[in-house]
Amino acid sequence: MMRVAWLILRKDLTVEVRSMEIVYTTLFFAVSCVLVFAFALVREGRAPEDGAAGILWIAVMFAGNLALGRTFERERQSETLRALLLGPAPRPAVYVGKLLGILALLFGAELLLVPLVALLFQARLLAHPFWLIAILATGTIGFAAVGTLFAAMLIRARSRDVLLPVLLYPVTVPVIIAGVRGTAALLQPELDGGIVRFWVALLVCFDVVFVTLALWTFEPVMTD
Amino acid sequence: MTEIRPGLDFDHVTVHEVSRHFGRRRAVSRVSFVAARGTIIGLLGPNGAGKSTLLAMLATLLRPSAGSIQYGRLQATDAPPELRARIGVLGHDLFLYPELTARENLAFFAALYGQHDAEQTARAALERAGLADRGDDPVAGFSRGMRQRVALERALIHNPRLALLDEPFTGLDEASTMALVSRLRGLRESGAAIVLATHDLDIADGLLDEAIFLREGRMVQSLSRPEGLRSAYRHAMTVQSRS
Amino acid sequence: MPKWFFPAAIVCGVLFAASPFVVANAPFEADLGLVQKIFYYHMPSAWMFLIASIVCGVASVRFLATGDYRHDRTALAAGELIVLFGLLTLVTGPLWARRSWGTFWIWDARTTASLVSWMIACAYLILRRYGGPGSEKLAAGLALFGMANVPFIYISVNYWRTIHPPTTVVPTLPFSLGFPLWFCVISFLLLFVVLLKLRIRVEEQQARVDALYLALDERS
Repeated sequence: MMRVAWLILRKDLTVEVRSMEIVYTTLFFAVSCVLVFAFALVREGRAPEDGAAGILWIAVMFAGNLALGRTFERERQSETLRALLLGPAPRPAVYVGKLLGILALLFGAELLLVPLVALLFQARLLAHPFWLIAILATGTIGFAAVGTLFAAMLIRARSRDVLLPVLLYPVTVPVIIAGVRGTAALLQPELDGGIVRFWVALLVCFDVVFVTLALWTFEPVMTD
Repeated sequence: MTEIRPGLDFDHVTVHEVSRHFGRRRAVSRVSFVAARGTIIGLLGPNGAGKSTLLAMLATLLRPSAGSIQYGRLQATDAPPELRARIGVLGHDLFLYPELTARENLAFFAALYGQHDAEQTARAALERAGLADRGDDPVAGFSRGMRQRVALERALIHNPRLALLDEPFTGLDEASTMALVSRLRGLRESGAAIVLATHDLDIADGLLDEAIFLREGRMVQSLSRPEGLRSAYRHAMTVQSRS
Repeated sequence: MPKWFFPAAIVCGVLFAASPFVVANAPFEADLGLVQKIFYYHMPSAWMFLIASIVCGVASVRFLATGDYRHDRTALAAGELIVLFGLLTLVTGPLWARRSWGTFWIWDARTTASLVSWMIACAYLILRRYGGPGSEKLAAGLALFGMANVPFIYISVNYWRTIHPPTTVVPTLPFSLGFPLWFCVISFLLLFVVLLKLRIRVEEQQARVDALYLALDERS
């Protein structure tokens, strides 16, 4: 199964590299997002308390939503998702392959966004790199796990563009709470390890539960 | 060839009283036939007759609302994922990634179906499609006929036991059509069971071993070794009840 | 309709008609006065909100597992009731909160978790309504995810201040305050069951009509 997931990931990377369309538009959108928040929230050159953490995560989630929509829109042309489901591998392998692709894109976006937000909002995001990576990784996996399933589910539904955020954001509320509060805890002058550990642990549980659920429900929801 | 457990090999596919409805609309109604190895079965009928739905059910993408489909002795509902390695599908939408080259498309699907040397298989398939010189061009730039040829090779790249083709002759010129017909004949010789849906009766004439006429989801007539399909079709479409 | 339906509906109606009197007769609570009486409608609504969520979640899982449309009908009916009772809870709560806590809304664990769960239920209905054909399975998937999410929502929101009265208040209520509460709980429970059955019935009739259309189509 992992062989097929890896194949799909490689194929997606190859397709993407040809035009770089999704990568460029997603990154640009994420940066615009951050700018909009800067104009909305920064007063006299100072961002609100903990603002940087919130802005970072919102930008990731908005950009992620867009990227998910675009990735599956591509599979909708020529119905190639159907072709993947027709293959002899267990169908959840298709889910895993797509999930890995989205994760690669979002991690790339975060690589860009973290220094940008740290710079624009004078936030010491990079003070504790290990914990930051832990929070970003577990949170992004949680968001992408649910998002990939929902985006695949909606591929043949009407109004799919607006339904994806409608479905995705309420269900990923724990991710945004844990992500923002965990990241904000890293910005405090005195790092409280207990708090950060708690949020990371919560995110890990969330990831385990929801990836498992997604693997179980992928086949029933994708076939009629 | 992918490694296949002996139990998954089948000599014929049995469709028994299969129906499928979507809400209030009946798409397929109590269709029965047997697709044996080395035969070509045609599903003929106007648009909306249920041909695509029937093919989707044979491909395990849809479950019948009633009736059963059996691959050899294996019920479709009990079938493991490996069964899909024996089925090849050419859909109406071709299933090709436009950004990838013809060779990359074929190699990807060859690898997906577990072919040992994907690159070599892709090359051979390109030869068969007569597109060896265009192998490194993105499929997006191909004409409909060329894309169809690549799509056909993609559908057959793993030497399936059951080939399902949905309107394969659409948009093809004379030469491509002849090439496709001879490819299908060759496939039949090699022992595959072929079910193809078409509304192009002239081409189907002389190609089919069995013709099944569908109208509004129902099987109105079934003919063995049909000749003169046009008149048979006209006759079948005016028949009120199933014969 | 099953035999118990009409008697249940009548009893429910009677109880609801009587409830304002029962509530009015309950003694005034020391600090809050009249406004506290909203509690008698607020708590049962909250409990029905929770019960409807459980019914919807379980029915969705059964639908995904078996593909039997009866479970889908139950899930849909329960989903609508989640939104209804949730709305009641989320409206009566702030009315009470304004008097007792001084503000309409606070972001504590229970209120926020309820709001998020309510939004997931709304998303469920939106998906069923606008998702096009075949959205029943997708909605069931969403309901499953929503249900699995409840502990996570609760725990994550819980790290904030909690002003909500603790649940241990209920068993220790003196009879004079406890009776109106249980009276309303029973009325609401009956209401829930009656509405659920009614809604499922509507869907069943719809399915029967569809089957008739199909059979008619078959015959011709």
